Amino acid sequence: MSSSTALLIVLGLPLLASGALAVVGDRKIAPEINILGSTATFAASLILALDVYARGAMVAGRNFFFVDAFSVYLTVLTSFVSMTTAIFSRRYMRREQEHGRVSEVGMRFYHAMFQLFIFAMLLCLLTNNVGILWIAMELATLSTVLLVSLYRTPTAIEAAWKYFILCGVGIAQALFGTVLLYFAAEKVLGEGGEALLWTNLSRVSGQLEPTVLSLAFVFLMVGYGTKVGLVPLHNWLPDAHSEGPTPISAVLSGLLLNIALYALVRCKVLVDGATHTHHAGHIMMGFGLLSILVAAFSLLRQKDIKRMFSYSSIEHMGIATFAFGLGGPIATFGALLHMLVHSLAKSSIFFTVGHASQMHLTQEMEKIKGLLKGNPLVGWGLMFGVMAIAGMPPFGIFTSEFLILTATMKDAPLATPFLLLGLGVAFAALFRRVQSMVAGDVPSSQQPVAAAHIPVLLHTALVLAIGIYLPAFLNQWFHTTVELLK
Amino acid sequence: MNPRSLVIEFLQVVLLIGLAPAFTGWLRTVKCWTQGRTAAGLLQPYRDLRKLLAKEVVLAENASWIFRFTPYIVFGTAVLAGGIIPMISVDLPLAPTADVIVIIALFAVARFFTALAGMDIGTAFGGMGASREMTIASLAEPAMLMAIFTVSLANTSTSLSQIVQVILNGQPVLRPSIAFAFFAFVMIAIAETGRIPVDNPATHLELTMIHEAMILEYSGRHLALIEWGQMMKLLLFAAMGIAAFAPWGIAAAGSLHALPAALAVMVAKLAAIGLVIVMIETGLAKMRLFRLTDYLGAAFLLATLGMISFFILD
Amino acid sequence: MTPSTAAQINSFLAALVLLTSFGMLVQKRLNGLIHLFAWQGLFLSVNTAIVGYVAGKDHLYLSSLLTLVLKVVLLPYILHLLINRLNIRKSVESIVNVPTTMLIGIGLVIFSYHLMGPVRELSTLITRSTLAVALATVLIGLLMMITRQHAVSQIIGFLALENGLFFAATSATYGMPLVVELGVALDILIAAFIFGIFFFHISSTFDSLDVGQMARLKED
Repeated sequence: MSSSTALLIVLGLPLLASGALAVVGDRKIAPEINILGSTATFAASLILALDVYARGAMVAGRNFFFVDAFSVYLTVLTSFVSMTTAIFSRRYMRREQEHGRVSEVGMRFYHAMFQLFIFAMLLCLLTNNVGILWIAMELATLSTVLLVSLYRTPTAIEAAWKYFILCGVGIAQALFGTVLLYFAAEKVLGEGGEALLWTNLSRVSGQLEPTVLSLAFVFLMVGYGTKVGLVPLHNWLPDAHSEGPTPISAVLSGLLLNIALYALVRCKVLVDGATHTHHAGHIMMGFGLLSILVAAFSLLRQKDIKRMFSYSSIEHMGIATFAFGLGGPIATFGALLHMLVHSLAKSSIFFTVGHASQMHLTQEMEKIKGLLKGNPLVGWGLMFGVMAIAGMPPFGIFTSEFLILTATMKDAPLATPFLLLGLGVAFAALFRRVQSMVAGDVPSSQQPVAAAHIPVLLHTALVLAIGIYLPAFLNQWFHTTVELLK
Repeated sequence: MNPRSLVIEFLQVVLLIGLAPAFTGWLRTVKCWTQGRTAAGLLQPYRDLRKLLAKEVVLAENASWIFRFTPYIVFGTAVLAGGIIPMISVDLPLAPTADVIVIIALFAVARFFTALAGMDIGTAFGGMGASREMTIASLAEPAMLMAIFTVSLANTSTSLSQIVQVILNGQPVLRPSIAFAFFAFVMIAIAETGRIPVDNPATHLELTMIHEAMILEYSGRHLALIEWGQMMKLLLFAAMGIAAFAPWGIAAAGSLHALPAALAVMVAKLAAIGLVIVMIETGLAKMRLFRLTDYLGAAFLLATLGMISFFILD
Repeated sequence: MTPSTAAQINSFLAALVLLTSFGMLVQKRLNGLIHLFAWQGLFLSVNTAIVGYVAGKDHLYLSSLLTLVLKVVLLPYILHLLINRLNIRKSVESIVNVPTTMLIGIGLVIFSYHLMGPVRELSTLITRSTLAVALATVLIGLLMMITRQHAVSQIIGFLALENGLFFAATSATYGMPLVVELGVALDILIAAFIFGIFFFHISSTFDSLDVGQMARLKED
């Protein structure tokens, strides 16, 4: 199989699965098709990745698609997490259906839109065109809006409306930034679609008009920053995560935020190339640091378990954004690793959180108790997940945070205390809560639940493994990406 | 300053004083036509004025000098403004002494004294009219200035004579800023001259009147002067609009022979404006008083957009 | 048509687009709001066709047609259909502080003018001066979404914002590449489908389309 075929399969499968699932509806076989489609996508993305690993970056489909080390690692991650989420959602959504929270039409919709969402994200990563990237990003928003309001409760509809409006407005700013980018590129590359291709843009980034690009970056930052969930553009995020079905929270947190950050970083590289200054990086550092601090202190006040972990996502996206803004090989390496391990750890946490709230029929943390005794997998899974996300060794997040902290002390010592403060507060806030949830006796109201084992175990094991030993191919990918982003 | 321009100046003022009642008469006549009534003719306002001038002046016991003084101020400022606004020729000796801002200020002075006179007697109607008039003025005047500034910017001068000359010498261009300014100007001119939909000059209905409420206590000669001043104000606003937005036909400096033609064009334009005013007045109902802020706000917005688009788009 | 005439018409249409933006900002009736939106689309469509003619860009005709179909016919039709179905055709929204909103709007226009200064100077297109108006349209759409409480008004604000983006692309670069324009139009269409569903969800859950009632999700 040639690599461009693999690329087309990676993109085509989710789209195909989406159509198939829309037809199949809520028949018993739908979750299996969902899993099958995602697994096949994951397999194809592995083939693609091996190819890129062996032969380096490549373009396909008349320059329409483009893969390099940066996008391929996120492609694998995206298809992997979507696969495990599909596995998780089989048992989880069946239970939700039994409880009458989702209608039959809702289930048809859920499956079709889930695959469409995966397609949109993969298109973001694999397209060579900045304009298509924007369109795919908007498609990713649109396909999840109605999933957030799937339960049709007043709060769910409110959250979805907020998500729709705020992200729509935010991403519109990114389109304005893209127009400005095209304006600058057109002067150098001539008219037509060629001027919007990453491959061309990165080649001539030094000749692009610096003032226009700085202006464009402000708009792109606001636009994609809204989707990353950076403070103060984060208002939609906790609501959308807490009110939607848990599998959607897992992919929103674990994947969509990463994709938006990917778009932002790509733009930053272009802008840096044109301006030869650190302005873009400084803006990102500012947004990142603010997100870390605000999210860390917000963590302390949360009562809803999914809401708390969505603030933790804001914090971690802040860390990654800060590190990308800081630049330099160590920080960038740390940020890439951070995106990977946060994605794995956070989706695993959401899996366990989903089951935990199903056991107690509530998302209020005060009412969740005795998870370790009630369901050891959920209890230990949550425990390990929180340990990982809080940055305890030997989990992968400890490694990435350690790298970022080292780079900060060297390049931006003034930011170090703030960074440490944010990390410390978040650590305390998470542990305070999680202890009371996992420990203690099983309350009488707790109901047994058939938890999905594989996703939780797989994710936790991977985060642990990456923390202990970084495989050579990941190492090489990251190094290539660091070179790309310099 | 040559004698010829003095003659033109004199002619224009006389024309203004003489034609103003005819213009109002024209408006009333057309209005009668549209409503299917028999018109009293163009000369009716003259007869009204003659009758009022012949009548005895009745003064309230507690009327101060302001009350007696105001009619002369209203009439005088209108005549003065008439000497500055180019109607048939730009060759006016008075024109360099005052620009369009001064003209607005002259009208403001007249308004100020009318409002004072309204309150002077101490009747309820006078005070009410004065307060309403000043409310409108506070919103209309900034908008008027904004519209005028836009025209001035586009024609590089605040003097109306200069503006007319610049427009006459240049090519006609499609300018969004001027279009905005024009609509703003029309809206404000309607408010300033007290026409429908802002005020109804033909009514003495207690709740709705604005200008009439202020001058309710006037009689005889005083009333005649105020009414006359008001008629001139209407004509002047029409002339100001013509000068700022469509001055074609006004005689350029120095040609006495062009005056008859200029006069004919002027009369034709005024007649057309009269038709438009009547169409507006027939088509619209008078607005409720507290919707006036919306109306004037819209006018102000238009004027401001005009000014902004001068910088952005021209 | 000479370029200078085209530039004049272009400025004029830009001014009209700006005027409709302000109109929408203060229009209280939903019906009137939809009409204003359709007018704005029409001005944009005509403008795009003229720019396409003068600049000799054939693909702009297609975007012009797309705008005409989507923003002048289809979206207003859908919106009319929705407000008829939801029985809110005659509803009047109370807007607080119209003068302040207008002043902020004017401020946004001036801000856009300053922000677009460097771009205007670098551009050689006849449409360069309208870029500031385009950004202003975007920002006024944003302002409308903030100041309005009604779901339909917010959506129209969103669509007006999208209009501004389209206008920006026409002004800055004679339009984005066709594939991007088509993709954006597709996104808008999907968005229209989604907000249509949303209106029904909101009105059945909250008994009205006033999103001001949605205040359950707050930080305590």
